[in-house]
Amino acid sequence: MAAPPSGVNLALLDKLVAALSAKGLVTEAEITERQAITDRASPEIGARMVARAWTDPDYYALLMRDGKAAAEAAGASMAGAPELGVLENTPSQHHLVVCTLCSCYPRALLGYPPGWYKSFAYRSRAVREPRAVLAEWGTQIPDDMEIRVVDSTADYRWMVLPMRPAGTEGWSVEKLASIITRDALVGVALPRVAGSD
Amino acid sequence: MSAAHDGSAPRFAPGAQVRVKDDWPETRGPCHIRTPYYVRGRLGQVVRPLGAFPNPEDLAFARAAPRRQLYHVLFDQPPIWNDGKAGDTVMVEIFEHWLEEA
Amino acid sequence: MTEESPNRALHDIGGIARFRCTPVEHDEAPPDAFGKKVDAIRQILAQKKMMTVDELRRGIESIPQDEYFALGYYERWLRSIAALMVEKGVIRQEDLA
Repeated sequence: MAAPPSGVNLALLDKLVAALSAKGLVTEAEITERQAITDRASPEIGARMVARAWTDPDYYALLMRDGKAAAEAAGASMAGAPELGVLENTPSQHHLVVCTLCSCYPRALLGYPPGWYKSFAYRSRAVREPRAVLAEWGTQIPDDMEIRVVDSTADYRWMVLPMRPAGTEGWSVEKLASIITRDALVGVALPRVAGSD
Repeated sequence: MSAAHDGSAPRFAPGAQVRVKDDWPETRGPCHIRTPYYVRGRLGQVVRPLGAFPNPEDLAFARAAPRRQLYHVLFDQPPIWNDGKAGDTVMVEIFEHWLEEA
Repeated sequence: MTEESPNRALHDIGGIARFRCTPVEHDEAPPDAFGKKVDAIRQILAQKKMMTVDELRRGIESIPQDEYFALGYYERWLRSIAALMVEKGVIRQEDLA
């Protein structure tokens, strides 16, 4: 697990905030407000987008054409955020997102990245041995399916559009969204129907 | 799409064979580049242009940053590491000034 | 050979041998109050055009190697933001002493 920040850096943060406040650049109220906005971003919004794309061809088309617009339509706050690209999994291709250079992640939509996404091990290994990393998650990708690792290096942030699993015929958007996890939106897991396999 | 365009058309079309420049600005002084080391000098295929964006190499130093075309470029994974499974790939966002015709 | 190119920058860690045998810890915890505050400051300064994400990254990339791998994620951000604000003359080094 991540170690807590050192006393030196806790003090540095206080001094930075004080210095920026003295310049009128940052207020505690602004910090609280930004945090509240960021706290509202959530994988649940991404899950609803996927579920809707599975059931609504027009929304699917919008999602593939303009991810930011599709996220806004789902209630995400995307103002000022980078472009949102969507990577569609198919029966022959599975996408896995990583950022080897830092830790680019669709924060505006999915919220704070989890610790593992930012870890040196994930950043380093996902691009080289994706099948081993996925196996550690319990995610088996068939040998005849291409794994396409997407190294998020520049101006887009990427979300995976997983395949709709069998056994979900007739489900509501809400019920479909309930099986789409944050991990599935990054590509380290697949949506699962309880009771199957 | 809100991806801005700089007025110039992308030089490479989907499917174009490209080579990433085998260039190492890291050896020449302070820099900030978004082209991972492991694709330098490698052959890839343009998947699609992604729009034009201010050059991060300039943005990083608060310099005027002209827009550059950005592409999704696909690489076979095993040759990069001499490892991995045939058919697996890596797709990377790369700016046009890092790409050459191959 | 790509592996361990001598020219590779320290943050450019895709596929490097150092982490090959390190399991990916399934750390799901959200950032602590420190991390959330640093992130909020980054967003505010970006919104006010005081810094770009690439300046933030450049600052992180220039953290010396031992510290880069020892500091926590949002500690690296904080160090970069603080250095940038001093570099740009927004605040003084003495303000942070």
